[in-house]
Amino acid sequence: MSIQHAVLGLLQEGPRHGYDLKHLVDRYFAPDRPVAFAQIYATLARLESRGRVALDAVERAEGPDRRRYAITEDGRHELVRWLDEPLAPEPHLQAALFTKVVLAILSGRDVTAIVDSERHAHLARMRELTALRRSAPVPIGLLADYALFHLEADLRWLELTAARVDDLRTNLKLSTEDHP
Amino acid sequence: MTTYLAAAPTPVERAAPAPILVATDLKKRFGRTEALRGIDVTIGRGEIVAVMGPSGSGKSTLLHCLAGILRPDAGTVELEGRRIDTLGETERSKLRRSSFGFVFQFGQLVPELTALENVALPLLLDGVSRSDAEARAADWFPSLGIEGLEHRRPGDMSGGQSQRVAVARALVTGPTVVFADEPTGSLDSLAGEQVMELLSAAVASSETTVVVVTHEARVAAYAHREIVVRDGRISGVVAA
Ligand SMILES: Nc1ncnc2c1ncn2[C@@H]1O[C@H](COP(=O)(O)OP(=O)(O)OP(=O)(O)O)[C@@H](O)[C@H]1O
Ligand SMILES: [Mg+2]
Repeated sequence: MSIQHAVLGLLQEGPRHGYDLKHLVDRYFAPDRPVAFAQIYATLARLESRGRVALDAVERAEGPDRRRYAITEDGRHELVRWLDEPLAPEPHLQAALFTKVVLAILSGRDVTAIVDSERHAHLARMRELTALRRSAPVPIGLLADYALFHLEADLRWLELTAARVDDLRTNLKLSTEDHP
Repeated sequence: MTTYLAAAPTPVERAAPAPILVATDLKKRFGRTEALRGIDVTIGRGEIVAVMGPSGSGKSTLLHCLAGILRPDAGTVELEGRRIDTLGETERSKLRRSSFGFVFQFGQLVPELTALENVALPLLLDGVSRSDAEARAADWFPSLGIEGLEHRRPGDMSGGQSQRVAVARALVTGPTVVFADEPTGSLDSLAGEQVMELLSAAVASSETTVVVVTHEARVAAYAHREIVVRDGRISGVVAA
């Protein structure tokens, strides 16, 4: 997962506390493996030092975390850049792709555009691997095959997700309610 | 593993080939279904182009319009600068035999004929004598790895073998364009790869052009580029 981009995406609709962000990240982007609070705070600190988020308010109350962060113009630009630009196609992209697609769905963006640009990048890489496989020694050829099958699997998942997007949109609404 | 595979051995960029098949603003409806809603494509000589997109998006309809199997309701199709969408049925069927080769998902071989007779069939229909046609057909068997199967009937061959016979039949007339609709759809990965290797080799040696509809990315990776059809239109960033 690209936790920085997940956090930026979650801040699009309005400022949030680190505490909420942690639960939203777990819920939407890391349902299988919750992130540590420390990781969220470290991410916010990094984003703040790069000017992508800014401290929005510090509430004087009890509780673990009363600092609220807001996305900046730079942060919005970075998010759009990351969403629009295809990832470098290598196997094991799943986590970053997953983050991208969930963010696109949550924020009402055109998922098919993401699918098309990822597919284009994937196929360009797959053409290289197909050519490489013809000329390479056997072990490299086998690795190329391995990579080809994994990249294909990414695309199949993306296409399935794009085909289901209306359904997903109805069932995936951004909310902090009903988390445990 | 990324590092081992980092370097691309061959440049993937190619000079833009001369256009051979050009379609503009193709539209086709079936009753209330608008299968094609205005499609422009230009395909160059010697190119392999993959047509991708969701089920029902219009890929087969596009292929059939490009190949003169269907007449579009609107728009034009030109082969080597000549309008083919306006030709009558007889002329289109002649053109299909002389200029095009076809491979479909299920080989569509004639079940009563042997493999050799199936491959020879397009030549016979074109007026070539039986002995010449069978001699030319026989030349394809060794290079497609189906030597020895000449006298089998389709029912006595595996799917992969039948599909290679279908590839031979598509290539035997030396077509300008081969149209393939899910040619690997009924095959396992290895057999599918062999079919694509054969098609690419044929293209590389004879400047044949291939338009292949596929939903498999590994198959599309044999193409020089992809066209994505969505809801009867060309989609996205790749319409170049
Ligand atoms: N002969 C026909 N009569 C009526 N409707 C048709 C006919 N052929 C195609 N259609 C419709 O036109 C649309 C496009 O069909 P087409 O076969 O081109 O899709 P496709 O992209 O090839 O799909 P698939 O990947 O499932 O093969 C579909 O809605 C289909 O139902
Ligand atoms: Mg089809």
